[in-house]
Amino acid sequence: MPDTILRTHELHKAFGALRASEGISITLKQGEIHAIIGPNGAGKSTLIAQICGALRPDSGRVEFLGRDVTALPTEARARMGLARTFQTSALAMEQTVLQNALLGALGASGRPWRFFSRVSADQALRDIAESALHEAGLLDFAQTRTAELSHGQRRQLEVAVALTLRPRAFVMDEPMAGLGAEGSKRLTGFLDRLQDRAPILLVEHDMDAVFALADRISVLVYGRVIATGTVDEIRADPRVREAYLGDEA
Amino acid sequence: MTPILFAEQVLNGLQSGVMLFLMAAGLTLIFGVMGLINLAHGALFMVGAFAAASVAGATGSFLLALVAALAAAAGAGAMVELLVIRRLYDRDHLDQVLATFALILIFSEGTRWLFGSFPLYLDVPPWLGGTVLLPGGIEYPTYRLALIAVGLLVAAGLWWLNTCTRLGIRIRAGENDREMIAALGVDIGKLYTVVFALGAGLAGLAGALVGPIQSVQVGMGEPVLILAFVVIVIGGIGSIKGALVGGLLVGLTDTLGRLLLPALFRLFTDPASAASAGSAFASMAIYILMAAVLIWRPTGLYGARA
Amino acid sequence: MSRERLLNALLLAGLVVVPGWALWADEPFTITLATRAVIFALAAVGLNIALGMGGLVSLGHAVFFGIGGYAMGVLASHAQSYTPLYDGLFTLEGTKAMPVIWLVAAAASALAAWLIGLLSLRTSGVYFIMITLAFGQMAYFFAISWPAYGGEDGLSIYVRNGFPGLNTLDPIQFYGICLAWLCLALWGHARLRRSPFGLALDAARQVPARVQAVGLDPKRLYLVALVISGAVTGLSGALFADLNRFVSPSMLSWQMSGEIMVFVIIGGVARLFGPVVGAVFYVALEHWLGGVSDYWQIILGVVLLAVVLFGRGGLIGLVCGKERPDA
Repeated sequence: MPDTILRTHELHKAFGALRASEGISITLKQGEIHAIIGPNGAGKSTLIAQICGALRPDSGRVEFLGRDVTALPTEARARMGLARTFQTSALAMEQTVLQNALLGALGASGRPWRFFSRVSADQALRDIAESALHEAGLLDFAQTRTAELSHGQRRQLEVAVALTLRPRAFVMDEPMAGLGAEGSKRLTGFLDRLQDRAPILLVEHDMDAVFALADRISVLVYGRVIATGTVDEIRADPRVREAYLGDEA
Repeated sequence: MTPILFAEQVLNGLQSGVMLFLMAAGLTLIFGVMGLINLAHGALFMVGAFAAASVAGATGSFLLALVAALAAAAGAGAMVELLVIRRLYDRDHLDQVLATFALILIFSEGTRWLFGSFPLYLDVPPWLGGTVLLPGGIEYPTYRLALIAVGLLVAAGLWWLNTCTRLGIRIRAGENDREMIAALGVDIGKLYTVVFALGAGLAGLAGALVGPIQSVQVGMGEPVLILAFVVIVIGGIGSIKGALVGGLLVGLTDTLGRLLLPALFRLFTDPASAASAGSAFASMAIYILMAAVLIWRPTGLYGARA
Repeated sequence: MSRERLLNALLLAGLVVVPGWALWADEPFTITLATRAVIFALAAVGLNIALGMGGLVSLGHAVFFGIGGYAMGVLASHAQSYTPLYDGLFTLEGTKAMPVIWLVAAAASALAAWLIGLLSLRTSGVYFIMITLAFGQMAYFFAISWPAYGGEDGLSIYVRNGFPGLNTLDPIQFYGICLAWLCLALWGHARLRRSPFGLALDAARQVPARVQAVGLDPKRLYLVALVISGAVTGLSGALFADLNRFVSPSMLSWQMSGEIMVFVIIGGVARLFGPVVGAVFYVALEHWLGGVSDYWQIILGVVLLAVVLFGRGGLIGLVCGKERPDA
């Protein structure tokens, strides 16, 4: 299946007695936004960690671009174009916004072993970084120290850095976390535009955003995917209503 | 090499191992509970030794000297904790390293100022003098045997303290969750002072105990401190059990390395160069042990997995 | 010009003017003191690359300092006794030529840094501190118990090594060599901070997870930083041994490691000129207070404690504010 970009196959991961992943198989296809939802403790973070390479599954496989990447470290997956964002911003706070974006471009270029040239004089890197910042609406803040950005701007910068990686797939861990209604709306619009660039695996709590963005939704409860389907199918699914939406409805 | 010589060296290894344990236990406890790396732990070892040597010199009583060593080191520890160390708990490791390095300078030079640069001597008390005849015909100094016994007793005592007393429960709670323990109404500042003083007391005791078998002088603490770090890296940070196992491993590796490596080299080269190469490599044996443990288990034998 | 740049320029000017004055006033001892300070500063510039840029709290930098020293001692002692270093398949002679000695010192220290880094970077945080300290102690005890090159007593070199076209026995000329190296290292460090590698390393210090997520391995960045750092400190060790015409295990001691770190911190960690300020301050304090009291290190301890507890950012931070200089 050439249009399947990312796939997990029967992922199992346990922490002692706690089974965080119990046979998770999901796919991410070209052009789609696939949202993973589920209550707290459902194992969403564990799933992301296995997909991105921070955790090794006890059994099962992760395939990216048709290749088994289960044994590859995080950085190798990133170099293949697996671009992730973090739930709590992982940005170099003492650096400027531009420097954070340059770092992404530098990582993707695979040429960090240059010790005497000025990184800011590397026009190729700058172009990639600045166009990503432009897309994220952060170009005006290029020289601002990241620590001085608002929370919402940091969330946008997370996505901008992911954009510099020549991404083949995005994995986003709660990009809306901590955003107000306004910021959430803006980021939703941004992600909607990104999906043409590369498909997005979206873990999110903000249901408005999920229902607005997702082409498909998978519901994760206690380490198992209990349902996968379109927005309407998931809304109508009685098991989902019981297990997850039930406590809100 | 006779079996008796070998057995003696094994006992020597055990003896230095349990003394390292006394140092490492305090360090690892302080790191486990407060997250503090304390380079000045060696200075407290020295304080204990000097206190013991001067009290023994004045009163002639070894037991009084031990009490004085414990009291002086624990007291110095508590004072340092109150004045300096408690400002460091929230700092990064670099600040902790530097501040405690500064404390080493102050303690070392202060001691030199009070006692001068010449070593003091602490005598083995008469009632622990001489040797005992162990099974198998091994004649072994009574005092060193007593050190092994004291070390093992302290290990048992720490185990009891940790598992069976309220202080131990609080210490373990403090390792897991500072806010939780504060919420339970435990005075965390006081707990930290007590833990630090306890660790300091153990270091002081170790200093006093080894006083009679080495000279008491300024700077005696730091080599022991670094060995205790090796012990902790091997045993795993925060683990008292790791400190004991690591201490014994290091003690045995060091003494047996010095015994066996020159003999090993003698198989390959002439005696003179075997002796020098053997002793050079024996001095590296424990660090090679440490490197091997690091390759095998980066967080030590009993350390929490990162 | 920012305040820090002005301060840096003044410092550099001072490093030229003071020894120049000493030459004019015929105070060779002042030149020797200045040489000592400049060499310490060079050692600390090396550490600052690992510590300031990479956040690697290495308490074992005396290893590289000492290896540099012994590289000089071993090469020069063979040259002065006319015995080859190695005489088997081929013959390797000692040398009295500084450039060769520097090359060997930097290469040997870089190799040691690579080996130590491979092992110690398997861990992080407080383990890393303890392990670097332990490897330092290993080198120290090895030097003490290895009799071929003086063991505990160290190794004396009768005449300072030579540099083509210069009379290295003249204190001011030797000082010039050391100052040139310091300037070169500072310039290199400044370039490094703005380089692609510097950007990646700085990010790896702050958020390793981010660096991984963009496809770089933080541990490799740390390892390369440690190798560069070790090479610079090793070079300074060779100069230090040449200054004293003597090398001993004390160059490898944990106190030396602590002192190199003190230079960096007193001056201001991650500041380009932090090591220079720290080393000059230390040597001046040692000289003046050492004359007043044998126990001057008590005062050093108190100063250091005050800097750590209250004056974060070191002396440069005190003068120029706490802001981290941007790369």
